[in-house]
Amino acid sequence: MNPETFSADTVIDAVSAVFMVVGALMSLAAAVGLLRFPDLMTRMHAATKPQVLGLFLLLFALGLQMRTWWVWPVLGVAWIFQLLTVPVSAHMVGRAGYRTKHLHPELLSTDELEAVVQQAAGKRGFGDDGDAATDRR
Amino acid sequence: MMQLVLTVTTVVLSLAAGGAIIRIARGPSLLDRVLAADVLLAIVGAALCIDMAVNRHLNNLMLLVAVSLIGFVGSVTVARFVADRREKSRES
Repeated sequence: MNPETFSADTVIDAVSAVFMVVGALMSLAAAVGLLRFPDLMTRMHAATKPQVLGLFLLLFALGLQMRTWWVWPVLGVAWIFQLLTVPVSAHMVGRAGYRTKHLHPELLSTDELEAVVQQAAGKRGFGDDGDAATDRR
Repeated sequence: MMQLVLTVTTVVLSLAAGGAIIRIARGPSLLDRVLAADVLLAIVGAALCIDMAVNRHLNNLMLLVAVSLIGFVGSVTVARFVADRREKSRES
């Protein structure tokens, strides 16, 4: 066997092996974050790691291992759909968590939504209670 | 080398799935459980990817695309309903 192609094969194998191990460690990081972080928002931060970066690394490793060109568009489609749909569910979960007060306000450094909620409550004339106004919307 | 990678990733993904299941079991709120279920789905997708990469087949590729396409429906639905339920219980 040509030593040059052998070394290229070894390099591709090594790169994909590193990507697979790091991608699996992303899942472990998400699990550790889920177990140790105090409230919903910080857990959501940890949960995105395997969904985006972990999936990217594993799909890249899969494409390297298959050594064919036609799988790359399919892998790209899988990753792009993941990128498009993960923010939708994260937005809905985050909004429901904010509305139902599943957060520790003392842990937030800034709460930009609170000013918007107060302003909307004032405009819509539901009285001073901003929470009731946003819940009814 | 691939067998070593398979062993390491199996151990790591098993620990991660165990952590996510623990959070599903004792999560204080419904949203925590939904989030942990999303992470569990991502871990299953990662396991499918690693199986395909190590054994060099593409049998699960369409399953992976489908999971990334419609995996968000569950958490969106549950988030919708948890908002409604808490609203009513707080207003009543």
